[in-house]
Amino acid sequence: MSSPTLPPSESFKFSMLLSDTRYRGMSLQVITFIIFMAAFFWLVDNTIKNLALLDKDVSFNFLWLRAGYDINQRLIPYTSDSTHGMAALVGILNTLLVAFVGCIIATFLGLFVGILRLSKNWIVAKLMSAYIEGFRNVPVLLWIVMVFALLTEFTPAPRAFKGAEPEATMLFFESVAITNRGTYFPAPVLAEGAYWLLLCFGLSIVAVIYFIRFANKQKKDTGKSLPTFWISVAAIIFPTLILFFAMGQPVSLEYPYLKGFNFKDGIHLRNSFLALTLALAFYTSAFIAEIVRAGIMAVSKGQSEAAASLGLRPNKIMSLIILPQALRIIVPPLISNYLNLTKNSSLAIAVGYMDVRGTLGGITLNQTGRELESMLLLMGFYLAVSLLISSFINYFNRSFQIVVR
Amino acid sequence: MCIGKFYVHTEVSKLKIKVKEGKNMKKLFFGVLTALALAAGGTFAGTLDDVKARGNLLCGVSTGAPGFATVDDSGKDVGFDVDYCRALAAAIFGDPMAVKFVGLTSAVRFTALAAGEVDILARNTTWTYSRDTDLKQTFLGVNYYDGQGFMVKKELGVKSTTELDGATVCIQVGTTTELNLADYFKENGMSYEPVPTADNAESQQQYLAGACDTYTTDASALHGTRVNLENPDDHLVLPEIISKEPLGPLVRHGDDNWADIGRWVLNALVIAEEKGITKANIDSWKDTKDAEIHRLLGTGDDDILAMVGLPKNAMYNAIKAGGNYGEIFENNLGATSGINIERGVNASWTKGGILYSPPFR
Repeated sequence: MSSPTLPPSESFKFSMLLSDTRYRGMSLQVITFIIFMAAFFWLVDNTIKNLALLDKDVSFNFLWLRAGYDINQRLIPYTSDSTHGMAALVGILNTLLVAFVGCIIATFLGLFVGILRLSKNWIVAKLMSAYIEGFRNVPVLLWIVMVFALLTEFTPAPRAFKGAEPEATMLFFESVAITNRGTYFPAPVLAEGAYWLLLCFGLSIVAVIYFIRFANKQKKDTGKSLPTFWISVAAIIFPTLILFFAMGQPVSLEYPYLKGFNFKDGIHLRNSFLALTLALAFYTSAFIAEIVRAGIMAVSKGQSEAAASLGLRPNKIMSLIILPQALRIIVPPLISNYLNLTKNSSLAIAVGYMDVRGTLGGITLNQTGRELESMLLLMGFYLAVSLLISSFINYFNRSFQIVVR
Repeated sequence: MCIGKFYVHTEVSKLKIKVKEGKNMKKLFFGVLTALALAAGGTFAGTLDDVKARGNLLCGVSTGAPGFATVDDSGKDVGFDVDYCRALAAAIFGDPMAVKFVGLTSAVRFTALAAGEVDILARNTTWTYSRDTDLKQTFLGVNYYDGQGFMVKKELGVKSTTELDGATVCIQVGTTTELNLADYFKENGMSYEPVPTADNAESQQQYLAGACDTYTTDASALHGTRVNLENPDDHLVLPEIISKEPLGPLVRHGDDNWADIGRWVLNALVIAEEKGITKANIDSWKDTKDAEIHRLLGTGDDDILAMVGLPKNAMYNAIKAGGNYGEIFENNLGATSGINIERGVNASWTKGGILYSPPFR
């Protein structure tokens, strides 16, 4: 018997890089990488050369120049004497405000609508379907403009509040004014001693958190559930309320009042802010509602049947059995909806809301002519915010997942 | 780089702008993208050749500024800035209709020009130092001396801008008026709330809805807007003018020949008015003894327009297109138009104004 002969070992040939499966994968990757880098460098090189031909350079010095324009909604002190960098920062904060408020409203609304869509009540379920389909299938820009139009066209001008017999009156005991320029609320004014109230309030919340932990432990150990909700509410409200009166009401409300052309004092929520936030929240909530519905339906029917056979009532089944399991499915796609809302807020210019796209990417860009720099900064900002939001929620998400033992 | 240049060249001339209004965000993005990827310029040295090869002129105008650039009932572009571009097209092609008008908002106009989406910007744009230098543009002259004003509803009872403390002001973003507004209110120790808008139409809508107390922009545009409102008599343009706004057409830095062509078409219209050459009588100057008129209309022996690459009768065609400066003014802004703006400082220097063209020789 002859021993099996191995195939003669081939010496390495250049053509084997493509023909031999051992090398092909690697060489294709290298080729792709080289092409990609070449294209990238060509773009950068071409941009720099052509900018030079246009007699333009790339410089971010404009951020330290005087902006010269005013911004209506400022969360930090800003005047026309501030720098373009400050204007960008004001815009960034305005963007974050819309994103933050919008995400909170969208989440609660989405959860609410998503659960109700599964209701056995035919009318409720169909109404929620109409809500979802209506918001989900119309471009968000149209909703923003629509809400803004409703807010400006069908509300009275501040002037209508004037005179002995005004055409419009303020709501809630003369405290809230809805006008075509925004809604004015009373603003709290902190007097001496108000910080004790805040401290008391904070301590109450900490106490409630510990109480809830204790109640949960109690429930696990003994099976008895305490009326957590009402005790918590009382614990948060009453100590602060008692202290408030005991200290002689150190917090007062500053009511908006009409002076000259507009309302003065109070908190002014501009229509541009309201329209943008509400429209984005409604729009996104429709998507979240569908995610919530999918999450709930993905929890197997046996779970709720088992819970029912234990004698749990439907609302307990929802909050104790179904939602905790559904959350694991709901949270990951929720992130992309938060990111969408944040990025969609750049449509703000449609209603004249001064977000970062409006300040840095709008007025600053236009006044300084630094298109490339402004756009790069904007892209950097949105990228950073998106990554931050995802990593934050991903961190949160990990705590929901089943711990594999 | 050679490849890059060539690519840029063809790419830009291929750009076709079909949509006049709206989509400005897209344009801005496109402009930036062009600057980013293909890079805007450098190769614009032959704008005249590009325009000739394309067969029409791309002229950036306002998205709707009554008197300056609007679309009339029959769908035709009309206005003061529009007529200037028609004169320029007539000078190049002999055909005033060989223009494609591109509507640009105040916020995207410079980007669009820099990116080569338009050959020339005639969009009631104020000539300022930083736009001339930092934004790398060349202003061709002043075709309208304007100033910033305020319009209010008469029922407000305001008679002067000094009474506007605390007012809400509608303002177009990215304009010089935005900066003047901030300076003016600050100088006078008054406060205001700006309501930024994208263009004239949006400002007008917000102003009418009462979302702002007053609308501020160039006084000429205010007058133009006012006469087109439902009840013009309910509105008042306040008497104060708070700034100098010399408006004029502009082109990109880097193509001096193209800038010269635009500048001298504008000058030719001014000279024509000065000399009394009108659309109607332009053919009756053949026997004049004024050598400048012969040079201007190309009826003499000299062919000085060859210096910039235009046909001998280019200025004849330009004037023939919409008449001289005075006629264009009357038709679009003056009594004939219904807007009724007085010539004022915009009259020829021979009639007490400050319009003065260098000699055509």
